[in-house]
Amino acid sequence: MATMEATFEAPAPARLEHVPHKKLVIMAWSGDLDKIWPTFILGTTGSAMGMDTTIFFTFWGLFPLVRNDVHITGENWMQKMMSMMNRGGTEHLKLGKMNFAGMGPAMMKRLAEEHHVATPDELLEVARDLGVHLVPCQMTMDLLGLSREDLIDGIDEPAGATTALLEAQDAVTLFI
Amino acid sequence: MSETITKTLDLKGLSCPLPIAKTAQAIRDLQPGELIESLATDPGAVPDFNAWCTSTGNVLVEQTEDAGVFRFVIKKQ
Repeated sequence: MATMEATFEAPAPARLEHVPHKKLVIMAWSGDLDKIWPTFILGTTGSAMGMDTTIFFTFWGLFPLVRNDVHITGENWMQKMMSMMNRGGTEHLKLGKMNFAGMGPAMMKRLAEEHHVATPDELLEVARDLGVHLVPCQMTMDLLGLSREDLIDGIDEPAGATTALLEAQDAVTLFI
Repeated sequence: MSETITKTLDLKGLSCPLPIAKTAQAIRDLQPGELIESLATDPGAVPDFNAWCTSTGNVLVEQTEDAGVFRFVIKKQ
């Protein structure tokens, strides 16, 4: 079959004069859908590029790692109330802007579907397969009363700020 | 092309970062020197596949475009 096959000019990739960074560390602080999404995109890509990639989930950023079927978390009434106001799990995330009581995320998800953009759940699966380290912050777990059973499977052991900063010492580090 | 392609990935319709991520997943099964072919429609894949090869050391031996489908042939390092 005769097809019009054209060789095209791609922009020349930047030449790496320096030793490329081989590690990527992302501090996932926000649990907003529009922040955790690029967090998973960058984490997945970093690992695909051969970078040893670690994502630390801290403060609000820990909520996306809560299992979708877990509703109320926490041990005392304050922690329980906080989980009711800010339910965890990738299916319950809010947008940082234009949330409109959940209409914003619904529209965003529909747009993503139409444009074949992978959902945070799909990206999470790819990230785990590519060996991205997903590390929950121990202090946040204590603060919010989250147990290991409240969190999804396939993540790393909880760790603290020292572990995070040690990893970050020779890595490209992003705070999202 | 004289060399045979070991694996072909149909990534048409997928958006960033899946064309790269799925290629990275699939290339793990190849031996060094073997070829993988990725077909994508995301225009962002053009600079991204170049950048990915620069970063990983895999060699982009061929890239063509036909009716909106970008074809990348990559030799595993």
